Amino acid sequence: MAEKLLELNNLKTSFRIKDDYYAAVDEVSLTVNKNEILAIVGESGCGKSALAFSIMGLHTRAKIEGDILFKGNNLAKMSPSEINKIRGKDIGFIFQDPLTSLNPLMEIKDQIGETLLLHNKNMSKTQRYERVLDLLNKVGIPRAEHVMNQFPHELSGGMRQRVVIAMAIANKPELLIADEPTTALDVTIQSQILELINKLKNEMDSGIILITHDLGVVAEMADRVAVMYAGQIVEIADVKTLFENPLHPYTKSLLNSVPNANEEQDKLHVIQGIVPSLQNLPREGCRFADRIPWVDESEHDKHPELNEIEPGHHVRCSCYKHFSFPDESKEGQHVLS
Amino acid sequence: MWKFSVRRTLIMIPQIFLLSILIFVLAQLMPGDALSGTVDPNVDPERLDEIREQMGWNDPWHEQYARWMGGVLQGDLGQSFRFKMPVTELIGQRIVNSFWLSVATLILTYLIAIPLGITSGRYSDTFRDQLITGYTYVGFATPLFIFALVMLWIFGFQLGWFPTSGSVEPGVEPGTFNYFMSKVYHLLLPALSMALITTYGTIQYLRNEIIDTKQKDFILTARAKGASESRVYNRHIFRNSLLPIAAFFGFEITNLIGGSIFIENIFGYPGMGQLLVESISLRDYTVLTAVTLIFGVASILGALLSDIILSIVDPRIRIK
Repeated sequence: MAEKLLELNNLKTSFRIKDDYYAAVDEVSLTVNKNEILAIVGESGCGKSALAFSIMGLHTRAKIEGDILFKGNNLAKMSPSEINKIRGKDIGFIFQDPLTSLNPLMEIKDQIGETLLLHNKNMSKTQRYERVLDLLNKVGIPRAEHVMNQFPHELSGGMRQRVVIAMAIANKPELLIADEPTTALDVTIQSQILELINKLKNEMDSGIILITHDLGVVAEMADRVAVMYAGQIVEIADVKTLFENPLHPYTKSLLNSVPNANEEQDKLHVIQGIVPSLQNLPREGCRFADRIPWVDESEHDKHPELNEIEPGHHVRCSCYKHFSFPDESKEGQHVLS
Repeated sequence: MWKFSVRRTLIMIPQIFLLSILIFVLAQLMPGDALSGTVDPNVDPERLDEIREQMGWNDPWHEQYARWMGGVLQGDLGQSFRFKMPVTELIGQRIVNSFWLSVATLILTYLIAIPLGITSGRYSDTFRDQLITGYTYVGFATPLFIFALVMLWIFGFQLGWFPTSGSVEPGVEPGTFNYFMSKVYHLLLPALSMALITTYGTIQYLRNEIIDTKQKDFILTARAKGASESRVYNRHIFRNSLLPIAAFFGFEITNLIGGSIFIENIFGYPGMGQLLVESISLRDYTVLTAVTLIFGVASILGALLSDIILSIVDPRIRIK
């Protein structure tokens, strides 16, 4: 049995808009084990990043309910100073946009050094800079002894993302959260960065939460996958099962909308509509129902819950049972020509 | 850094040259001259024309300009018609007075603006912030010359806490400690009046900048490293928010010059601003052009200074 690193129980993150709270993350329960990559996929605005920020306690104005158990300690109940001891040390965070996530006025060595400084009070300055040099070499930055004295604006996007990663892994964290680490980078750099993350995972034996909307990345990297829709997890399974036997209509739609190079296609599948905004979320019933209007209402559960269909494979709502896509040659309205 | 500063300084030379032409031409365009109205009306107008011819006032403007500029470059700003003494001598003591008044005002401005701006930005949309923002609106809306008069009336005349005119107590030996203290004492009320009113811009800038920086991604990075809230503010937010304040510094100096014209007249403080107003009403061209030129050069120097400061604090501007 794999060792449990992080366990979320009914996590709910709500934001206050006017006088009401709206949940951006709702009823999320999942686990991350050691030396495992859990991918979280979903459309923009489905709550992936909100979930990641909740785990780190990075939301400044959110109400967080439920438990975030990290090695048995509940992060959700910790005081800011307690959580500061864990952030950057036991949990590393890789941000989405390397161009904006570095302080423009600090030299690289001091930005990475800050993570070391905050968690290793006894480290001397020389030791710290030596370690920074090590880290830069580890993440594959050429001429590291030169780069460490540079400022962020002197580096390219790919280099900056490597610096962000070096910062996240500086204290050998047991859990690494990567929030769309490759979205802002071009494709060649993407695969290098992903390779790097994979290599580091094996070296440090850490658990990784990889947030992405790129199914190609998921297939390549993940051990298990959680599919999120409108703040909820709709399906969770190991990567092989998910790609071979997707069950939830949303997962199917997602996989269906990836263009396939082998088949001849003149039309790209798209999912009708958009993710509802926070204020317009359906408060009860299946949240995906509006986007598959051809499915009869009776197919959906009244209070959809995540059910275990087979060991390790959970699906929300029962609408998956008789789900099929309508004949596309007739239904022109949800197909983009 | 040095290369940048030298380059930036060289750019200044044509700026000052253009400025001097502009000032000279504008002064020429003013109606009347030093002879109109101040000499005995019984003097024959033809004699006046003769004097004008003698003084070279009928020469084409560029010849007059060349003469004037030649003198300025040698440190000779000409003779004051009114005071019958070299302009350099006339300006000498006043420029020192104005300089110290400006320094005192700047120090007070930042002493007020930095803590208020930080509080207002850090605790935005709270009662504290609204209070401070309210103050900046009042500062923005109140004309300096009215506020200065009220301050003078209350603290100078009613309460008698501060002297009401002059830059130093008469009869105090120059160079002694008492002399210095007396200077500071005379400076305080005008400097404070000006600082209280002109500080609103800096407070607002700092507040907006802090609110802006607070939401930047690299602040999240700092939090994710495990930095405490105070470290995030001191190390990351505050320093990044100071950049525009440094850029604003040059503008602040221009502001001071404008303000000092009112302040020095109201508080009877013998400085450049007071001299400027006097020389305008007396048609004292040589003094007027000299004072305006010095004000203009001070503004340009202020801009230079903010650029250099900015290049020190912001690595992105440094030219390799």
